[in-house]
Amino acid sequence: MDGWDFILIVIRVVVIFVMLMITTLLLVWFERKVVADMQDRIGPARAGPWGMLQTLADGMKLFFKEQITPRKVEFGLYIAAPILATIPAFLIFMTVPFGRPFTLNLGGEPREILLQGADLNIGLLFILSMSSIAVYAVVLAGWSSGSKYPLLGGVRATAQAISYEAALGLSVIPVVMYTGSVQLSEIVEFQRANLQFLGNVVPFIPNWNLFLLAPSFVIFFIAAVAETNRAPFDLVEAEQELVGGFHTEYSGLRFALFFLAEYINMFTMSAIAVTLFMGGWSGPTWDGVLPALISGVLPTFWFFAKVVVLLFVYVWLRATLPRLRYDQLMEFGWKRLIPGALAWLMIIAVVLAWRQFGNPWS
Amino acid sequence: MGPVAAFLAGMKVTFGHFVRAFFGGKGEVTIRYPDEMRVKPQRFHGRHVLNRYPDGMEKCIGCELCAGACPAHCIYVRGTDNPPDEPVSPGERYGFVYEINLLRCIFCALCVEACPTEAITMTQLFEMSTTNRADGIYTKTELLVNPDGTPNHMFTDDPYADLGELVKADGWMRAAAPGGRAAYEGETAWTPSAGIGSRPPEIGQSEPLEAEDEAEAEAEDEDSTTDG
Ligand code: SF4
Ligand code: SF4
Repeated sequence: MDGWDFILIVIRVVVIFVMLMITTLLLVWFERKVVADMQDRIGPARAGPWGMLQTLADGMKLFFKEQITPRKVEFGLYIAAPILATIPAFLIFMTVPFGRPFTLNLGGEPREILLQGADLNIGLLFILSMSSIAVYAVVLAGWSSGSKYPLLGGVRATAQAISYEAALGLSVIPVVMYTGSVQLSEIVEFQRANLQFLGNVVPFIPNWNLFLLAPSFVIFFIAAVAETNRAPFDLVEAEQELVGGFHTEYSGLRFALFFLAEYINMFTMSAIAVTLFMGGWSGPTWDGVLPALISGVLPTFWFFAKVVVLLFVYVWLRATLPRLRYDQLMEFGWKRLIPGALAWLMIIAVVLAWRQFGNPWS
Repeated sequence: MGPVAAFLAGMKVTFGHFVRAFFGGKGEVTIRYPDEMRVKPQRFHGRHVLNRYPDGMEKCIGCELCAGACPAHCIYVRGTDNPPDEPVSPGERYGFVYEINLLRCIFCALCVEACPTEAITMTQLFEMSTTNRADGIYTKTELLVNPDGTPNHMFTDDPYADLGELVKADGWMRAAAPGGRAAYEGETAWTPSAGIGSRPPEIGQSEPLEAEDEAEAEAEDEDSTTDG
């Protein structure tokens, strides 16, 4: 590791940070516009072209607002909660590859440059652990605010997180078993080949896990919506019942951090779903046909295109479904999602074992 | 319908609306105020005006009935005797102080209904935002129309306040005031009453009634010409 490696790491981190900030700005705008279209409204239309800068204006407003600290808060935890929400949100995305690695001559030798914060060999485990830490932020915010609505929001968050994290983890295991790796770059690499079985007949179908592990994908997506506390699972911040839920007592920049974390989480969860089930950045690049630069950028484009599709589904769900009642949420989590995920896991395990070891009776 | 079918049906509805709005640009119900203005209903309750008779006399007689009727207690009226040589109103007294705190007003038009002389009416102007509370109190200077019937406004250079709305009358129920023909009692008829002078009658209002006695109709016509 020399100076160049260090600089490259710093550049990657900064690029991802800036990218996530810009993505959040656009994502909030995207959500508001799409929901507006679905509800026969027009959404933000004044700030910038098509209202694109509305989020920037809102963010600046929050930035300059007074940060009110209620009297009864546990100050240390109260301050730590929004930070604890934001940091994992950024860290999770660091492990997601969002483009094809390319080589560049730097300092006299060719270096491979990853379009990924860090290619951890425990990528998926890191993601799962970080997303659990993000839940602590909600719990701590609810606990430390010293008022009843945030506390209720925090309690709900705990229950919801426990229920759905199990489903989330269970839905990921088939992917790991099937691809044989928890390293995200390898999972993407695995899906770049043509589809097995069918692929010999119809060669252009990619080997996305989505096709063979569709139930896993559905469970993962539902659990991801619940993990990010988005409608219809947004009981944690149910405005009609809990004012603002866990962030009722937060204002100004501290509230903005929660808001930022929610949208980054939404984006990261979609990015992980794309990586695990939809081939990540893989896609046709037409190397040699198109200029090298375009071929190099295309994978990133495919990645973001797939993520936007999933984000659209997120927003679409939000515009359509009413919030679940608490018992419905629990029932859905424990009685449907987790047994479903377990059953599917067993089926996959049996099939894979069969493929590997042959007939059990032989 | 099972839950999954219901879920899919709901998703289809929102997606349909999205496609219609995104690709067709249709279906939006938003009115882009202030670029676009909503067509206001005829009974719209906007800012008040104090009217004059066609000869320029003030209609208000300082009776304070409006102040008594006001549920928000936002009208302040002081009446005094008319100076005998140059009377301000045709009555015995006139309102020499007239203030409405429009920050408190709930635009219920009970003052309009209470007024015996149709002195106070409402218009269609609703853009009255101010940057300080004092500007929310409208005095006689702004409320009273000029002798030529043109209304006054506190912010004449306000780009969003369409002063034309101040002459559009609210159209309040004539049945609430002693005006109009007895034959139309109980029917909703509109009087565009901002400003001064008489206005064209409601459709059908001045036509003689078929079944009515000739003489009776004549007598009534005379009545209504003396009516403001
Ligand atoms: S409209 Fe109603 S609230 Fe307003 S001044 Fe008249 S009576 Fe009072
Ligand atoms: S506006 Fe009408 S009700 Fe009010 S004081 Fe004048 S005459 Fe009386």
